[in-house]
Amino acid sequence: MTQIFAYIPFKNGAAEDVALEYPTAAKKIDEGASLTAVVTGSGADLDTVANEMTSIYSEVIKIDHADLAYPNAEVVRKALVNVIPADAIFLTAHDTFGMDLAPGLSVKMESAYAADMVDFDGLDGTILKAVRQELGGAVSTHMAIDISSGVVMTVRPGSFGPVEGSSAGGSVVDKSGDAGDVSVKRKFLEIVEAEAGDVDITKSDVLVSIGRGIEDEDNIEIAQELADAMKAVVSCSRPIVDAKWLEKSRQVGTSGQTVKPKVYMAMGISGSFQHLGGVKGNPFIVAVNKNPKAPIFQVADVGIVEDILDFIPELTEAVNDL
Amino acid sequence: MEILVCVKRVPDTAENEFELNSAGNDLDRDDLVYSVNEWDNYAVEEAIQIVDKVGGSVTVITVGDDESEEVLRREMAMGANNGILLSDDAFEGSDGMGIAAILKAEIEKGSYDLIMSGAQADEGAGQVGGMLAAMLDYPYASLVNKIEVGDGNITVGREIEGGNQEMNEMDLPCVLSIQTGINEPRYVGIRGIRKVAKLDIPVKGTSDLGVDADSVGEAGAKTKRLDYFVPDMGDGAEMLEGSTDEIIEKLIEKLKANGGL
Amino acid sequence: MTSIIGPASFKFFGIFPAAILSFILPVVGIGLFAYIMARRFAPLVRANPDNRFDHIGKRIRNLIIVWLGQVRQPRYMLAGVLHIFIFSGFLILSIRSTSLVIIGFSDGFVLPGFGGALGSIYNFFKDYAATFVLIACIIAAIRRGIYKPERYAVPEKYGKDHTAEAVFVLGIISTLMISESLFEASELAYEFALTGHDHFLAPLSLVWIFRAMLPSVPQNVLQGLHIFSFFVHDLTFFFFLCFLPLGKHFHVITSVFNVFFMRVQKGNIKPVMHGVSDDKLDDLESFGVKKLEDFTWKHMLDFYSCADCGRCSDQCPANAVGRPLSPRFITIKARDLMFKNYPLAGEIYKSNLLVEDIYTEDEIWSCTTCGACEEECPLGIEYIDKIVDLRRGMVDEGMVPQSLQKPLKALEKRGNPYGKMEKKRADWAKDKEFKANYQIKDLAREKADTLYFVDSITSYDDIIQDIARRTSIILQKAGVDFGILGKLEKDSGNEVLRFGEEMLYQDLKEQNIEAILETGVKQIVTADPHAYNALKNDYGDLPPVKHISQVVAQKISSGELDLKPCQDPDKVYVYHDPCYLGRHNGIYEDPRQALDAIDGLTRVELEKSRDRSFCCGGGGLMLFYEPEEETRMGVLRVNMAAEIGATVIVTACPFCLVNIQDAIKVAGKEGEIEALDFTELIEQHLY
Repeated sequence: MTQIFAYIPFKNGAAEDVALEYPTAAKKIDEGASLTAVVTGSGADLDTVANEMTSIYSEVIKIDHADLAYPNAEVVRKALVNVIPADAIFLTAHDTFGMDLAPGLSVKMESAYAADMVDFDGLDGTILKAVRQELGGAVSTHMAIDISSGVVMTVRPGSFGPVEGSSAGGSVVDKSGDAGDVSVKRKFLEIVEAEAGDVDITKSDVLVSIGRGIEDEDNIEIAQELADAMKAVVSCSRPIVDAKWLEKSRQVGTSGQTVKPKVYMAMGISGSFQHLGGVKGNPFIVAVNKNPKAPIFQVADVGIVEDILDFIPELTEAVNDL
Repeated sequence: MEILVCVKRVPDTAENEFELNSAGNDLDRDDLVYSVNEWDNYAVEEAIQIVDKVGGSVTVITVGDDESEEVLRREMAMGANNGILLSDDAFEGSDGMGIAAILKAEIEKGSYDLIMSGAQADEGAGQVGGMLAAMLDYPYASLVNKIEVGDGNITVGREIEGGNQEMNEMDLPCVLSIQTGINEPRYVGIRGIRKVAKLDIPVKGTSDLGVDADSVGEAGAKTKRLDYFVPDMGDGAEMLEGSTDEIIEKLIEKLKANGGL
Repeated sequence: MTSIIGPASFKFFGIFPAAILSFILPVVGIGLFAYIMARRFAPLVRANPDNRFDHIGKRIRNLIIVWLGQVRQPRYMLAGVLHIFIFSGFLILSIRSTSLVIIGFSDGFVLPGFGGALGSIYNFFKDYAATFVLIACIIAAIRRGIYKPERYAVPEKYGKDHTAEAVFVLGIISTLMISESLFEASELAYEFALTGHDHFLAPLSLVWIFRAMLPSVPQNVLQGLHIFSFFVHDLTFFFFLCFLPLGKHFHVITSVFNVFFMRVQKGNIKPVMHGVSDDKLDDLESFGVKKLEDFTWKHMLDFYSCADCGRCSDQCPANAVGRPLSPRFITIKARDLMFKNYPLAGEIYKSNLLVEDIYTEDEIWSCTTCGACEEECPLGIEYIDKIVDLRRGMVDEGMVPQSLQKPLKALEKRGNPYGKMEKKRADWAKDKEFKANYQIKDLAREKADTLYFVDSITSYDDIIQDIARRTSIILQKAGVDFGILGKLEKDSGNEVLRFGEEMLYQDLKEQNIEAILETGVKQIVTADPHAYNALKNDYGDLPPVKHISQVVAQKISSGELDLKPCQDPDKVYVYHDPCYLGRHNGIYEDPRQALDAIDGLTRVELEKSRDRSFCCGGGGLMLFYEPEEETRMGVLRVNMAAEIGATVIVTACPFCLVNIQDAIKVAGKEGEIEALDFTELIEQHLY
């Protein structure tokens, strides 16, 4: 039987949303496969998450070690190599931790490797059919992966949707003892928090971008509130920067920053090509503009003809209620 | 410090429009322009700046064909001291693991203190750096946006979610993958490239490297690309109608489906 | 009683001959002056070559009009008139000054030919010259010292105020005038007391006034005054001579040369190195100006010749919007560096990189190459070539702002700064509605008389593509047989050259020239002044180039083109002169003629029009540069137009259109004023 192991990232005792997506992904890989969650860390937080995962996964492996208190990818890899079966399918999220952990893990486990998967099409013998994207999302590709000696894969969060229903009634299995020697040549020092105002809009997956429709500097507040609710960052088009309402570093455009978010909320932006020239990677674009003829509606995925000054606060409220 | 930077020649995402060819199995490559992968370019700039400070040399290396030489030359015009081209018909169709194996074979012949690559390239996998590190048993850090050279070790900052930075101390030799924005790469103009046009760039194949032909190329690839395709888009935006509440409800559904919430 | 004793015969305390002093002073003065001049010459000898001995006829013409005729001075009326008085006074008095020196050791000396009537006539004029020079100096001193006009102000970052130097020199000149007149007046008063003979003096001149003040002064006082004022004059004269090369009054000596050597051709950029042809450029070790000695000798002469008048910076649009560029200080800082590195005594200092030393990178990138500074300078000081050379140096060192690297790379790979595909360059002609009525010839496949060179922004920008369509319609209506290069056309490279990327410019130029000559066209037309300028002034080897406004004006004159009466008689139109059509290429009247051919069109003029036009913000690569500025050039320009009651700004340049349209929105004047392209206005009025 195919064995699938999924790594659960967590922060402050709460698992990341991708934990709910693995079961959906696993079904698409092989409906009959076994799915085991793997969670590493140390202490109370680890236990909380492991227990939480029992409602979604039938088996949850936990590895507790002092050196795993902060998820240092090198340490985690060493532990996992001793715990995960060599020919298993191993899943983790394609996030900054996944990019750190997964490639090296596949080498040590002598498995195949596939990154940033957005869809699976089942197994054909030991060949897994899958879909991913290239060139910043400009094109998609069908992949064939030989998993006969196992495979390590990262999946793109948000691609698979959360599992419907739960209460798997699973149990936690402590494999801390199997971890073995986890000494590594990379030592975690500390986290340096981003300064408020030091925001790099090119690194955010979701942008709430404002244009002239915001009309007044004082109205920028409502955009920030929406951004906070969506865990996004506020960016803007050139006129806002020219008016000195926001710093240059917030500007999206050919003479501003190039951004490659997953979602781009174009609020009160007309959609000039100089502005859109800064939006790459084919994001999901939501355009809100009171002018139904605004060019942005040609390129947006979703269009809404409304005054952003009315619309944004209502959207913020709805998002916060989720 | 002897630094090796792995670079790749990729289609330029800024200056290309990607269309499928008439057979529908590959991109239409006739009008594509290629250049050095943007992330790799940041890595080379970083390497040059490190060497400017602590001495040493920068070598750029790529696995490719004759045309890949142009990116090596461009990086040398920028300031890299040496270039190496790993080229062989047997390398064609390699997956990430194959590329890493080829690079490893060459790296073992030298003695590099630091190996860098860009965090990702055109395929968006970001895999070769991490694989290479594991093959060499060197420590690895990805998405590096800050490097401070110490005594026999280095301190690196990794870019993580929320714009935060994870600081790590690593032993040398090590492998790093570099994130964009770590520095401001210097400009390389046509003149600079012409200046390095005559420099020698050695080309090495399977026999020079001693790699097993079964572990590289299409034969050794466990991950294969079957085709390219473009998912159906539709014309223009889907205009949401109805009362504001209804619109918001529909919008939220779509945002969730596309990773916005 | 004997007549007054001149300095040649006078003996101090009855023993010491004054003539010795009047001999030593010139010897020491001239000797010191020669030494100072030799030191000042030193950097010029180390400088790069410059080709300034061509077009001798034009150079002499410049000398007569700009130097002697002072034609640029009255552009600032009060200061200009004052200067004309002082300048002409100096020229007239130069003869008197020379005579005076020799009078010091040769009594009663007169220059050959100035003995009889000529001498008397000369004296008459020179007396008035001295008078109005003094009056001008007093007015100037009051103006500089008390009223302190804005353009002389020195921003803190550039150092101390220069007013003291200015007023000091005015004081020196006044001293010369007073001492010269007193020297003469004391002699005449002495003569009168002795003989009763009264010389005729120019009424109300300075000497006349002094003479009127002196009759009751005792003879020995007059004698003393005579000798005293002589030596005050002599000493001051030679002091001034040696002082001139130490500051902004060096221009007194260098101006005649600087104007003779000033540029005789407009709109073009100097080669990377004079004497090095394009195909030998690869052999050069270094491109552009990185250190002081990389400038040409003429550019260094420019630095010496600056009179610190501030007119260039006053007209500079970058300065007006608060960018870190002030042309005056580009020159003054370089001049001060020359003084510092090549001191009058001691070792010559080794030069550092200019951009780390006296200039900042942003300062040099801020320039839009509009040419207002050069147009204004009464001394013929050039700026654009220096900025381009500095940029060449920075590009050579890789110091290019990140925001410019993308479009430069796109130009290299795709031939346009937007990175769009070559094959889509002619897509503007495929617009459904347009294509139904107008088919554009592709010169790769068909022949035509004329090439319509579209250039990048007009080819690719969604809004500006309309200009291409309208230009085509106008050309067709005017009966011009034309075609386009389509995907073979590359960016004209006007800005690429001016941004210092020489080899990329050469690359674009070669491709364009090859494609153009292949077509065999006999003339080129464009609606883009930047393309017009590059093709006409920088390329060479091409058929004649015209701008669409010239074609329209000519066809209206010949009757081939007729325009309807004004469709919007209530609007108030103002024509904004684009820098690359107007200042750089002298095309001011053709667009106005075309506008005026529209019956009932109300046209007003901006104060800053024609060669005083105010740059819209710049075109080409300048659209991609992110400057630090307090406001936008376009906004200032829109406000200028609004102030005179204009409701439509007509412009004949696609970049002006983009900048002004943007500026109207930023200035919050949407609905009050609009920007209209020349082609749109003409096309609206075609039958």
